[in-house]
Amino acid sequence: MADGTVRLDGNCLAGPLSEILAVEPTTAWWRCPECTRSGPLAGLHVYGPEPGLTVRCPGCSYIALRLVREGEHIWLTVGGGSGAFRFSTA
Amino acid sequence: MNSLSPGFRGRRRSLAERLPPGQYPTESFPVLSAGPTPRVSTEDWTFTVTTERGDTRTWTWEQMTALPQQGIVQDIHCVTRWSKFDTRWRGVPLDAFLEDVATEAGFAVVSSYGGYTSNMPLEDLLDGRAWIVHTYEGYPLSPEHGGPARLLVPHLYLWKSAKWVRGLRLVIEDEPGFWESIGYHDYGDPWREQRTWGD
Repeated sequence: MADGTVRLDGNCLAGPLSEILAVEPTTAWWRCPECTRSGPLAGLHVYGPEPGLTVRCPGCSYIALRLVREGEHIWLTVGGGSGAFRFSTA
Repeated sequence: MNSLSPGFRGRRRSLAERLPPGQYPTESFPVLSAGPTPRVSTEDWTFTVTTERGDTRTWTWEQMTALPQQGIVQDIHCVTRWSKFDTRWRGVPLDAFLEDVATEAGFAVVSSYGGYTSNMPLEDLLDGRAWIVHTYEGYPLSPEHGGPARLLVPHLYLWKSAKWVRGLRLVIEDEPGFWESIGYHDYGDPWREQRTWGD
C-alpha cells in the first residue's frame, strides 16, 4: 500500500519486543487473518514511533499488533481488537 | 454565520501562558500516523451520527458544507509535546449535527475512514468547543492532516481530533478509542497533562 505515509519495517521491533519476549521476535512468522498473507514480523509495516507503534499487514493494512511505551510499562495489543496487555519493565 | 471562535481572545495572553505544561511551541505541523493515509473523495465522504438506540442521521459533503460555517482560530496541543499557536480552520460546530438528536448518552466514540477511533464525553463536543473542519489556513485540508474533513477538539490533546472523520456514535458507557485502549489517558486535558492512563 504505497501511499507516501512515513513508516518503518518490522526490524524496528527488535528492541521493544525483545524486552518482553525471550526469543528474537522479528523472525517470527505471522499469518494475516484478513487477507491470509504470511511472512516474518520483519516484513510488516510499522507506523510511529509516536504516539505508539502500529504494526500492519503489508497486503491489507490489518493490524497485527500495537505497542506503546508508557513510563515503566509496555502496552501490547495483538490483532485488531482493543484488549491490551500491560507489561511492567521496571 | 461567520464568527471567530473564543480562542481568538487568547491572542492577548503571552505565548508562555498559552503553553500547557511539558509542551514546546512549533511552527511546523508534524504528521503522526498509525496507518496508511486514507484517500477519501468529497463525493464519497459522509458523516453519520448514531444514537445509543441505533438511530442514524447521515450528512453528505454537500449537506455538510451547506450548514452554517465558522472560521476558527485555536491553539493545538499534541501529546508528543508540540503545541502550535493560532491555527486557522474552517468548518461546522458539532452542535449543528447534534442539536436535533434525542439522546441520553454521556459519551461519544468518533470513528474515521481507515478504522481509527477516539472517545470523549459528549459535553466536550458541544457548546462551540468542537468542529468538523475541512479547511486549514485557507486551503482544503490535505489528506496527511485528515482531509477531506477531520474532527477538531482543541481543548484536548490532538489525538482526540480524529482525522478522516466519518462518524460519531453516542454511547451510555464510555468506550476507549484507538490510543485510549493502549495506555493513553481517557480524557486527555493538556492543561492537566493527562497524557497516559496513570496521569
